[in-house]
Amino acid sequence: MAEKSELQYTAEHEWVLVDGNVATVGITDFAAGKLGDIVFVDLPKVGDTVTEGKIVGEIESTKSVGELFAPVAGTVVESNDAVADSPELVNSDPFGEGWLVKIEFSELPSMLSLDEYTALTGE
Amino acid sequence: MPNPFISGTFADRHIGTDDAAQASMLAAVGYDSLEALVDAAVPPAIHQTPVENSTIPAPASEREALAELRALAGANKVRRSMIGLGYYDTITPAVIKRNVLENPSWYTAYTPYQPEISQGRLEALINFQTMVADLAGMTTTNASMLDEGTAAVEGMLLARRAARVESPVFIVDADTLPQTKALLANRAEALGIELVELDLATLGANPELPECFGALIQYPGATGRVWDSSEVIAAVKAHGGLAVVAADLLALTILKSPGELGADVAVGTTQRFGVPMGFGGPHAGYMSVRKGLERQLPGRLVGVSQDAAGDPAYRLSLQAREQHIRREKATSNICTAQVLLAVMASMYAVYHGPQGLKRIAQRIHHDTAKFAARLTAAGFTVENETFFDTLSVTKKGQAQAIAAKALESDILLYVVDADTVRLSFDEVSTQPYGGMLAAQENDLAEAFGLEGDYTTPLGDSSIPEALNRTSEYLTHPVFNTHRSETSMMRYLKYLADKDYALDRGMIPLGSCTMKLNAATEMEAVSWPEFAGIHPFAPAEDVAGYLVMISHLESWLTEVTGYDTASLQPNAGSQGELAGLLAIRSYHRANGNPERTICLIPSSAHGTNAASAMLAGMRVVVVACDDLGNVDLDDLRAKIAEHASEIAALMITYPSTHGVYEHEVREITQAVHDAGGQVYVDGANLNALLGYARFGDFGGDVSHLNLHKTFCIPHGGGGPGVGPVVAKAHLAKFLPGHPMAQSQHHPAFDMQTGAAGPYVHAGGAVSAAPYGSPSILPITWAYVRMMGSAGLKAATGAAVLSANYIAVRLREHFPVLYAGDNGLVAHECILDLRPLKESTGIDNNDVAKRLIDYGFHAPTMSFPVSGTLMVEPTESEDLAELDRFIDAMIAIKQEADAVAAGTWPADDNPLINAPHTAHSVIAGEWEHAYSREQAVYPLSTLVSGKYWPPVRRVDNAYGDRNLVCSCPPIEAFAQ
Repeated sequence: MAEKSELQYTAEHEWVLVDGNVATVGITDFAAGKLGDIVFVDLPKVGDTVTEGKIVGEIESTKSVGELFAPVAGTVVESNDAVADSPELVNSDPFGEGWLVKIEFSELPSMLSLDEYTALTGE
Repeated sequence: MPNPFISGTFADRHIGTDDAAQASMLAAVGYDSLEALVDAAVPPAIHQTPVENSTIPAPASEREALAELRALAGANKVRRSMIGLGYYDTITPAVIKRNVLENPSWYTAYTPYQPEISQGRLEALINFQTMVADLAGMTTTNASMLDEGTAAVEGMLLARRAARVESPVFIVDADTLPQTKALLANRAEALGIELVELDLATLGANPELPECFGALIQYPGATGRVWDSSEVIAAVKAHGGLAVVAADLLALTILKSPGELGADVAVGTTQRFGVPMGFGGPHAGYMSVRKGLERQLPGRLVGVSQDAAGDPAYRLSLQAREQHIRREKATSNICTAQVLLAVMASMYAVYHGPQGLKRIAQRIHHDTAKFAARLTAAGFTVENETFFDTLSVTKKGQAQAIAAKALESDILLYVVDADTVRLSFDEVSTQPYGGMLAAQENDLAEAFGLEGDYTTPLGDSSIPEALNRTSEYLTHPVFNTHRSETSMMRYLKYLADKDYALDRGMIPLGSCTMKLNAATEMEAVSWPEFAGIHPFAPAEDVAGYLVMISHLESWLTEVTGYDTASLQPNAGSQGELAGLLAIRSYHRANGNPERTICLIPSSAHGTNAASAMLAGMRVVVVACDDLGNVDLDDLRAKIAEHASEIAALMITYPSTHGVYEHEVREITQAVHDAGGQVYVDGANLNALLGYARFGDFGGDVSHLNLHKTFCIPHGGGGPGVGPVVAKAHLAKFLPGHPMAQSQHHPAFDMQTGAAGPYVHAGGAVSAAPYGSPSILPITWAYVRMMGSAGLKAATGAAVLSANYIAVRLREHFPVLYAGDNGLVAHECILDLRPLKESTGIDNNDVAKRLIDYGFHAPTMSFPVSGTLMVEPTESEDLAELDRFIDAMIAIKQEADAVAAGTWPADDNPLINAPHTAHSVIAGEWEHAYSREQAVYPLSTLVSGKYWPPVRRVDNAYGDRNLVCSCPPIEAFAQ
């Protein structure tokens, strides 16, 4: 599990861990908590090209259906099969085993720091 | 004081509170009279003036109403329909008619959102899902669709969102039912889908198809033809499209299933599984999909989960995907389903079993083959060489003469054109009782001028070898156990006993209006003159129906202040869609196609937004103020921002917050000034009837919910009827139908008897011209027996009951919104968020604890999360209202005890609710509270207790482990 302070964030409540030219993406504990018990995730396939800010998947809880936005443009290089089989991982370990996709990118947009994101959620 | 409106009438039976009760309730609320109360609650600016020349007669007694219904029934002519086209005569097993259709335990239940008290009908629905999935060769089925036509539309929409193809084209087989084609055309147009009609059966091997996102194939075809569509299906899928097959479930007992042909989606109706034709409905449509598409299914899906004790329990799955949650992101606006009819159809399969169903199908098929052989021998051409039950027969210029001759013997054939008639055999035409089989065949033979008699030997099956069904179906024990009527009766009782319906107690669901469905109102539904009529029967056979429908159109427009009504929409969602499509057509006809924005307040029911999207509109949300009213400043800002693009505003009145908005005239005026139309959602009409009318305060069009305000029972989640009512300028855009018996609305003017002034020429929204007519006698009887004064008295009583509950419970739970003079309308919202804050007990715990107290929970978290919305309706008496209030107060005290530390936060009667009998008997009792506290918190429960069959159901488990067909018996071993 990554340190929260080392991650970057989006206003869509996603976190991004940058390692070289690959971004690992998940949703924040705040988002997971708001969604409640997550029961299904629909993730993009390896090889899919994604556009920054566009919907690439769905996260469904017993209460609502949230959308997964691509925080960066690029190509999906890995998709978390464990989460597809056990969606509750997004609740139990959102910053670790509950990661969702890895995207290979060439350009990184500016995102929020932990402080900026915390200010956004007000928590 | 005495109620000025009523004396010793049906209204006295319908309204639960008598004069004495109302007097004491008024004292509690602080008003002298019902009139004074409602006048204070309803803003003066919208009070209605008395209606002159009312079309609603003085109230009839129950006996008089039944006598008049008998006369209307007598004006219908029941003939032997061989019209087919998706509607077939069928025999409702009497044990199902008596124990389901005519049993309030089934028909007065609500949609099973509270699974712990709905296990009986959830099991019946999972039987339905299993039955359809088995026969269609699919994996997952929903429960259920409104009819075959709308199911086909939903199939098209599913294909569009699931296919990975950009093309806007959807292919429709030329041999599709005409009404299905009409619905597809109407719905596709609004969404930019291009329909391409092709005669798919004639394309041969390796068919070439245009690029498309999907295709619909009718199986067997409308002409009767049975053909192998597997190559066409493969061609559709090869390009990334989805194949939708509209299949006849009875035929599938002997035909290869759509799944085996490679289809992605199967749709259709279950009408011929024991549900009367009823002049068009209600019946349960179905949709079934292959693995991988289950999360794309619209509507309601029953799944298996487990309860707090780890035992299997049924629940509605994937509710987060429903339109009331997803709003404008929803993929469908389907809300109400056809539960009661789905239960009947599933029980028909339970009763007959796989062998019985197959025998019925074989008998139909062989009789068809026999008659085909006789026709061919006599020189007729049977156009379709292959068939299951339908023959298209040609003889040059003879079609009308043949049909006329058949009519002399009371047999209805379908005249396709001057040369062709079509006839469909069914369970009744082939039923060998009392020599009817022989008589009917002789009559038929005479119509065609055939020699010989019915003793002609059986014809050969025409079904191509490759399409013979070889796979098994209905192998689950439930379809192979209940062969005796005793067993069937007890199975139905066993299921009904698990459920909580209005026959046990109050169902105080806000926005759902769970009022009395009186026995007299229900009486006529199963009369053969209403039940046994084909939707496309000739106009002269349905005069009684057309008169009844004319009455209803006149009455409904009168009480809402509109000019014309259409009863075609068979659910509220379809009424909304019809109304919005009418607005869309109106703007386009006026040269304003750019008007596509639909303004919807944030407090609106989610279905509004979903309907707007499906009518090709864009949704712009208007804010609400702290009191739950539309924020006028935000409305004006949104109108200014989108000035020339405003198509409509959709508002609910009284608001979804249960408040009469004071500024409603300003709101409607602002929209009209901007060139927009005003849609008033009639969901809360029960708070207004007799006091104010939508049309008078600015509404251009509305839908009503006859299953709320006008007494059609909820049936456990359908049927519904959602008429659309409109001002004259929208009349010609309301839904028409290619097979309608009359183009005029009303068909008969109540004063003159001549055809009414309005022609509805919009596209069809339901498969049948008048939607679900067989349940209209319910609403007719209600209005006929209440009269105008009775309807008004009911409104007053409903508003009084809601305000009484608000006043009595206010000191225990904050009441969230109120309008003029601190009054609510017909429902009140109890805010449970402070309770959660102070005790940790939330609205779900309270809802489940109410089960232990013998109640169905109020509406949860709508329109505000963390609240309960209570709508008592006028039908509950004071004793029941007080029983509910006492239960709520007792539950509040239990929550306070948790807060005080009397019981631990993780072991108390609230979070462990509901308690089954088993849970308090089995093993050692190790909880922090007593067994008595668990199940008998009030002493009155000892002598009459509803016992829930399962403990709290785990929602997440069921959604993560989606199982939507009957689990094996072993799963239930204790």
